[in-house]
Amino acid sequence: MDSAPWSDRSDPSVTYVPATVTRSAKIVVAGGFGVGKTTLIGSVSEVRPLRMEEPITQASAGVDDLRRAPYKTTTTVAMDFGRIHMAGGRIALYLFGLPGQSRFQPLWEDLAEGALGCLVLADTRDLDASHDALGLLDGARIPYAVAINTFPGAPGYPEEELREALALDPGTPLTVCDARDRTSSLHALITLTEYLSEHRSAALMESRR
Amino acid sequence: MSGPRRDPDMVRPYVRTQGRIRARDDVRLESVVIAATGPTDTLPPDARRVMRLFAGADGGLAVADIAAALELPPSTVRILVSSLMDSGHLTSPVPAAEDQPDFDLLQEVLRGLRSMV
Ligand SMILES: Nc1nc2c(ncn2[C@@H]2O[C@H](COP(=O)(O)OP(=O)(O)OP(=O)(O)O)[C@@H](O)[C@H]2O)c(=O)[nH]1
Ligand SMILES: [Mg+2]
Repeated sequence: MDSAPWSDRSDPSVTYVPATVTRSAKIVVAGGFGVGKTTLIGSVSEVRPLRMEEPITQASAGVDDLRRAPYKTTTTVAMDFGRIHMAGGRIALYLFGLPGQSRFQPLWEDLAEGALGCLVLADTRDLDASHDALGLLDGARIPYAVAINTFPGAPGYPEEELREALALDPGTPLTVCDARDRTSSLHALITLTEYLSEHRSAALMESRR
Repeated sequence: MSGPRRDPDMVRPYVRTQGRIRARDDVRLESVVIAATGPTDTLPPDARRVMRLFAGADGGLAVADIAAALELPPSTVRILVSSLMDSGHLTSPVPAAEDQPDFDLLQEVLRGLRSMV
């Protein structure tokens, strides 16, 4: 298993984007709790992955006293991200990890705006945990691919059963990866990006008809 | 270069975000900005903290990098950076001429990822 290139560095200070970078892009990595989002970002990032925290306030359900101000709770959502430089240092590709729970929808709008697409990680021990993320993506019309992260003891299913359980469109790529492995994670990102490229040509054809 | 745009009545309620309540559409989490010029001593504290990150920097930072470094919510940093672009303190890197106009970001990203494996 090859390790991330930043893992032997210890300098915690800010890593600047090289002056050669004139374009940036982003891919979102989504999925349920503990499915491997942070691990995947860490295995491909060329800089030490960082974390941001966004407080979100939500009105709680079940307000029974109308004279009282509605209950509000504030949750802090952590988002981690990494960065890859490419095209001779002209492009910085950012990878953002985002919890898939639908109560974080306000964050999705901010985060997903302008994203090339999304890689959804799923664990066969709890496929239902992916449904929120898939629903948010369908709602926001963000193209995505799904990667099954292989955990020890996780049941294997035939592809057709997985597609059915996840309610995937026939065209949506479904692949397998080990988020701890850089090459495997890169392959999952390549599968997504190839699909985005085809998806876009298909959309272009459609709009020309 | 002119200083930051300031409306004295607006500064107090929105100190953190310099009067802006919305981010510019072109200032997203992955948007990279670089330092331009302009006096920073009149800026509100959080905007000054952003500018201090760029002191002596040989490169840029994305909105997300700034949020992580300053431990500020990314939504706040989007607005701060938008204001600092309006006031000319920050600017976007200019793509090289050869990258225009048919530069295809998606194809470049695909090629870049493939070259890494
Ligand atoms: N075997 C195996 N373990 C993995 C894989 N991906 C992640 N893990 C492990 O699963 C645990 C959770 O991974 P994280 O990357 O923290 O998951 P996450 O999606 O970021 O979790 P939250 O941010 O808490 O939702 C860690 O102990 C990882 O080492 C994988 O592909 N295979
Ligand atoms: Mg995580």
